[in-house]
Amino acid sequence: MSIFTRGFGGRRDADGVTLPPGQHLTDGFPVLSAGPTQYVEPEDWAFTITTETDAKRTWSWDDLLQLPNEDVEVDIHCVTRWSKLATRWRGVPVEAFFEDSESEADYVMAHSYGGYTTNLPLEDLLDGKAWLVHEYDGGPIPAEHGGPVRLLVPHLYLWKSAKWLSGFTMLIGDEPGFWEGFGYHNYGDPWREERYAGD
Amino acid sequence: MTEAAARTRGKLGSPRPTWFPARLVGLRSETATARTLAFEVPGWPGHLAGQHVDVRLTAADGYSAQRAYSISAPTDGDRVSITVQEVGGGEVSPYLEETMELGDQLEVRGPIGGWFVWSPSPDAPVEQPVLLVAGGSGVVPLMAMVRERARSCSRAPFRLVYSVRSPSEVLYAAELAERAANGDGLRVDLIHTRNGPADGSRPVGRITAADLATPSDAGWPDNPRPRAYVCGPTAFVEHSIRLLLDIGYSNSNIRAERFGPSGG
Repeated sequence: MSIFTRGFGGRRDADGVTLPPGQHLTDGFPVLSAGPTQYVEPEDWAFTITTETDAKRTWSWDDLLQLPNEDVEVDIHCVTRWSKLATRWRGVPVEAFFEDSESEADYVMAHSYGGYTTNLPLEDLLDGKAWLVHEYDGGPIPAEHGGPVRLLVPHLYLWKSAKWLSGFTMLIGDEPGFWEGFGYHNYGDPWREERYAGD
Repeated sequence: MTEAAARTRGKLGSPRPTWFPARLVGLRSETATARTLAFEVPGWPGHLAGQHVDVRLTAADGYSAQRAYSISAPTDGDRVSITVQEVGGGEVSPYLEETMELGDQLEVRGPIGGWFVWSPSPDAPVEQPVLLVAGGSGVVPLMAMVRERARSCSRAPFRLVYSVRSPSEVLYAAELAERAANGDGLRVDLIHTRNGPADGSRPVGRITAADLATPSDAGWPDNPRPRAYVCGPTAFVEHSIRLLLDIGYSNSNIRAERFGPSGG
C-alpha cells in the first residue's frame, strides 16, 4: 500500500534532468566526511599501490603530473541525496597506474590520509571509469573536497571517491571499507539506489 | 525489540533498513522557524543517539521527494522525532515546518549511520568526557545525545558549545537551561555570532579556541581524553575542527557531521 502525504505538492523537475532515484540537485558542493579534513601539501603527497604479494610502487605529485592527464566532466551523486551535474575535474585515469601491474587481485581497498578506507572492484576503476584527480573547476582541489588528490569514481555514490587518496591495497577477496562497515552498501550504484546494505 | 538488539543493529547497520509508514502524532514549536515533529512508526527497530532517518514524502500523483533528518530524541518504542529548521526555498522543509498536520503520514527509513553516535559506557571505570559542538540546527543529533545521557542515567561529563546567530534561534532553549542547571554534569555554553543577549558575558562573534578549551573548573579527568562531536554547516565544522586540533584533540577523537547548502 502506498502512503501519500496529504498537502505535499513537491516541486517537479523543471529542467527535464533525470537523476538517480531519491536524489535532488544542489548548486553547492556539500561534504560528507567522517572526521577531520586532512591537509596534505602536494610535495608531501604520495600514492602507493600495494599488491597481494606486498610488492609496492609509489608515485609522487610530480610523477602524477607527468602521466597522461585528461579533463573530465561528470555528474556526481552523494548518498546523502544531493547530486551535482557537470562537475569539471582534471587527472589521470586509474588504469595508467596498473600498466606494469603484476597483481591478480580483483578488489581494491582505497586508503586515505587520515585513515579512511573504501572498497571497490578493480574493474570499476579501469577502462576510463575512474581517475586520480588533482584539479576541480580549473584550480587545485580544496582540502575539504579531498585535495591535493582524490579518487573520482562518478558512476558510484561519492563515498567511493576517496578524498586525500594515499594508496590502493590489492585484495584477492573483497573486504568492507569504512562506511561499508557501518551498513552502507558494498557497491553503491546510485541508479539502482544501493544506499545501504541489502538494497 | 530489546535495547541491546537495537544497539547491535545500529552499529552494524544491518539487516537492511526498511521503509516504515509514519504518522505525525506530536508537534512542538522550537523557534519561529523550527519545529519538532514526533512520528509514530509501528515496527521501528530502535536507534542510537546521533543517528538519522531518511524521510519520503509522496504527493497524490505519485511524485516523491526524500531527505535525511537527524533524530532529535533517544530511542523510545515506536516514536521517532525530528526537528526541522525551515530552509528558504526548500522543497521539503517548508512542508514539514509549516504545512504538515497531526495525523498526516509520510514514510521513514532507518536508523541510518553508525559512526556519529554516542552510547553510555556503564562499565568503564571512568566515563569518557564528551564535548558537543553545534552550529545552528546541527544541535539536533547532539540534543539526542544529551537526552540519551539523561535517559540512561549516564554520569559521563558532557559539555555542549552551541553557536547560533541570535538568542531567538536557540533550539531547545528552556530544556537546555533546565538540564544544565540541575547539576548532574552537563554544561551548556551558548555562542552568539550576530546578536547576543542583553546580559551576555561573552562578546558576540565566531567560535574560538578559547570557547572549546575545557574550562579549568569543569573537573574533567585527564584520562580518558574527551571525545568531540561536531555538527553544523560545512564551514562551521571545518573551522571548529581546526580549532580542536589546535587545542590538542586528534583525528581519532573527533567525529563530525556536516551539512551543506542542499536546500532542505
